[in-house]
Amino acid sequence: MKRIYLDHNATTPLDPEALKVMMPYLTEEFGNASSIYEKGRVTKKAIAEAREKVARLIGAQSDEVFFTGGGTEADNWAIKGAAESLRDKGNHIITTVIEHHAVLHTCEYLKEHGFEVTYLPVDEYGLVDPEAVKQAITDQTILVSVMYANNEIGTIEPVAEIGKIVKEKNILYHIDAVQAVGKIPVDVNAIGVDLLSMSAHKLYGPKGVGALYIRKGTQIKNLIHGGAQERMRRAGTENVAGIVGFGKAAELAFDHLSETEERLTQLRDKLLNGMMEKMDHVRLNGHPIHRLPGNVNVSIEFIEGESLLISLDMKGISASSGSACTSGSLDPSHVLLAIGLPHEIAHGSLRVTLGKENTEADVDYLLDILPEIVQKLRAMSPLYEAYLKGEGNRV
Amino acid sequence: MYEDKVMDYFNNPRNVGDIENADGTGRIGDAGCGDIIKIDIKVADRHIVDVKFKAFGCCAAIATSSMATEMAKGKTIKEGLAISNEAVAKALGGLPPQKMHCSNLAADALHEAIKDYQKKQAQ
Repeated sequence: MKRIYLDHNATTPLDPEALKVMMPYLTEEFGNASSIYEKGRVTKKAIAEAREKVARLIGAQSDEVFFTGGGTEADNWAIKGAAESLRDKGNHIITTVIEHHAVLHTCEYLKEHGFEVTYLPVDEYGLVDPEAVKQAITDQTILVSVMYANNEIGTIEPVAEIGKIVKEKNILYHIDAVQAVGKIPVDVNAIGVDLLSMSAHKLYGPKGVGALYIRKGTQIKNLIHGGAQERMRRAGTENVAGIVGFGKAAELAFDHLSETEERLTQLRDKLLNGMMEKMDHVRLNGHPIHRLPGNVNVSIEFIEGESLLISLDMKGISASSGSACTSGSLDPSHVLLAIGLPHEIAHGSLRVTLGKENTEADVDYLLDILPEIVQKLRAMSPLYEAYLKGEGNRV
Repeated sequence: MYEDKVMDYFNNPRNVGDIENADGTGRIGDAGCGDIIKIDIKVADRHIVDVKFKAFGCCAAIATSSMATEMAKGKTIKEGLAISNEAVAKALGGLPPQKMHCSNLAADALHEAIKDYQKKQAQ
């Protein structure tokens, strides 16, 4: 059976070109970049080149990019590093209810250590209101952390507008841009952001490597202590192959950004329109326009996400859901609840995130098999039965 | 993640549907937790002669409902009441640990159906 991967917000396949440039650093070029002899100089140069490519992708200077062990580390570093550095100035952090757990749980941790956290709500589309950011700022506010685009519902936040407000107040601004970088144009100067998190494996690079953009002059405390790597800001012998792969992936993303964005937006809309045409009681989650190119997130009423995913898996499709069973808790996704979905509708969500290797044929195949699966599950569903009998959601 | 038998009972569910003029109906779960199971039974001569289910929920919820109806069919009322959630899970070759408490409620739904029958009988 042909397998079709439609979960690119979870992770992406490593681009073969990225793998190719990584290989020497997994074999003969094993040198430690801190060594002064030839083997060290080779890897040091490779890291510098990768840094330039990553910087170019976000409109930064290369000495503002610091490699990390992934997006989660970048988020942890930005938030904890800023909080600790500015503790004397205040103890208030503003973020949103729809952040990734890498941000939410880091904020929770800081709350246990004397910080106050405001979690801004979002509207039905998952948008943060810049005015609400303004209202939430107090004289104790030291950091505002907002995601660029949501990993589940794909909504792209008004990060530049928020940036303007935050900068007027001279507060540090962090953006978790893990889902945005490489998918849509990101320019750190246009947004006025101080700290921006990235991850390689979301843009066809390898896992285990990410980066934090730190605007020149921004003082944050270190998270990882040890050697003098990353200009004394992030210790630990560099993951050279990973960094080189990240660099290549960033270069490819930069070179093909607008064409990939356009193609995936078309594919996304074809899929979404097809779903709406072929099935009833399907609703789009997230914003219809301010939305990541490859992201389709729908709630298919009267059915539950995990049984849908497993049915799709048996037909060769890899997708995801915000149902409780797939969120690893008894509650459905915090993002779907935050946009106001009732539990039973949140449990029935399906997230399809398209990537650059997907084709129209992949979308057609999904549109071909999905209605049948939904029909089968609905035929078993007491919620659907109740709906047909006009009893609403009462069972 | 799931045993083959669970997948089989999920994919080819036994006894899906409703029973017209059921002698007893049991409902368990709510949409909040993500699992709702409804079981209808038909009783004759103190035996469960027919049993059907509907379920909104994950694979485990559907597979356990499917298995519970199969186990109950042909049993006496007393035997039906003795079927436990654990026994249903065991008959499926086991469930992932995180599913044991949240999606293993089919026997409870069966018991509710039997109690509903008994209540109607008493009236």
